[in-house]
Amino acid sequence: MCLLPLAANAGDVSSVPLTSTPGDPARGQDIVRDTGRASCLICHAISAMPDRDQGTLGPSLDAIATRYTEAELRQRIVDARTLAPDTIMPPYYSNEGLVRIGSRWAQSTIYSAQDVEDVVAFLMTLGD
Amino acid sequence: MQRLVLVLALLFPAAALSEPISGYQFMEPSTRQLQDDDFLNPAFFLVERGRQLWDGAWPGAPEGAASCQSCHGAPESSMRGVSARYPALDPATGKLVNLELKIQSEIARKLSAEPPQYESADLLALTALIAFQSRGMPLDVPTGEKVAGWLAQGEEIYTTRRGQLNLSCQNCHGEHWGQKLRGDTISQGHSNAFPIFRLIWDEVGSLHRMFSWCMEAVRAEPYEYGSEEYLALELYLADRGRGLTIESPGVRR
Ligand code: HEC
Ligand code: HEC
Ligand code: HEC
Repeated sequence: MCLLPLAANAGDVSSVPLTSTPGDPARGQDIVRDTGRASCLICHAISAMPDRDQGTLGPSLDAIATRYTEAELRQRIVDARTLAPDTIMPPYYSNEGLVRIGSRWAQSTIYSAQDVEDVVAFLMTLGD
Repeated sequence: MQRLVLVLALLFPAAALSEPISGYQFMEPSTRQLQDDDFLNPAFFLVERGRQLWDGAWPGAPEGAASCQSCHGAPESSMRGVSARYPALDPATGKLVNLELKIQSEIARKLSAEPPQYESADLLALTALIAFQSRGMPLDVPTGEKVAGWLAQGEEIYTTRRGQLNLSCQNCHGEHWGQKLRGDTISQGHSNAFPIFRLIWDEVGSLHRMFSWCMEAVRAEPYEYGSEEYLALELYLADRGRGLTIESPGVRR
């Protein structure tokens, strides 16, 4: 498992919120657990959440706000491939280069811009 | 990662990590028990239903018309080992066929009847009946020049990242087996138990249905059941699982 450190300037793009409406952490939590929306819990565990059957494909997201800035989290959700091209983490706000997306899903990205902001706001509540 | 490998080696001591491990090994004991006991196995009724279709005139055909039985005799002898070497090149057409397609063409050609659709109860039943005759035998599909193109195409499909989640079969079943994907422990994704009763489907499904399920899980456009793409994938999987013993009809979570 490779955890690449962020390139020094990689935050430039993502340091700007994608929308003018500030992220809503409660809504973000609902999105994160929604099994119909490529839930992060497929792969990650968040012990503050009571949800059963949390995945182990990625690292635990406990205290994630102590390890990454808001901009760094945003960038990982928008498109983690920009940090690690071989990552298995799906790009939530980019369909670029994706192969054979099902017609039901091809019209939009997994998350909307506001979804990304809400999820980032939720992750920022995961402190010590 | 090292710890994971160690844990897996302890869990599956009999199998060196390079040897294929059946999905059975990743199931809860209660699910394994369902498969182990033909009376409890919720897929087993298909074997019986398949036997009725095998023995009698095809539904709608006149009494005394040809049947699978009138040409092949008892499946226990004539079909022993057949599914272990499928998919295979059909001597009649030279094309790659799996068991389902071969059965369909037998019904069309030898019984002059309308073949049941892919994934219909009748086709699953005959598939289960025939696959059951190879239970305990190792997967042993053909290799060599004639199928090399098919194998290459299957590998290509297997390793291509696809769908909105951008994952390949290999990402999950090759690189992350043993890990938890939500409630499932990801297995190596082998084909040796199909058709399977899947508890989350609450019914029996074919291997090609499983392919489509996995593709939809990553939000990819699936291929058609019986398509060339799925046949190539099926051949590649059987080769990848070479040596695993057939468990059909299987039971999975
Ligand atoms: C299909 C699996 C998968 C899904 C779904 C997934 N991730 Fe990840 N994620 C990973 C993996 C694997 C890593 C490890 C680093 C890498 O490979 O990029 C990771 C890394 C991360 C990291 C960095 C963690 C660290 O300790 O460095 C964050 C933050 C993160 N993911 C958040 C999310 C969020 C939020 C979602 C849902 C919106 C999500 N992930 C969905 C697989 C996934
Ligand atoms: C996002 C992860 C993921 C991807 C990608 C994926 N699968 Fe699966 N697959 C699963 C899960 C979860 C199961 C059910 C648990 C198990 O048996 O692994 C499964 C089950 C299977 C099974 C049944 C195994 C058995 O023992 O009965 C087969 C066969 C299979 N997958 C093949 C494939 C193929 C072929 C592809 C690519 C087209 C693929 N999978 C892609 C997650 C995935
Ligand atoms: C008129 C005679 C006849 C009938 C009726 C018939 N078969 Fe066959 N079957 C054959 C012959 C001959 C072969 C070998 C040549 C070939 O593959 O076409 C064969 C081959 C097969 C094979 C491939 C075996 C192998 O070793 O690859 C399967 C499977 C099969 N039949 C199933 C069936 C089923 C199921 C039915 C009934 C729905 C059926 N057959 C009806 C004559 C028949």
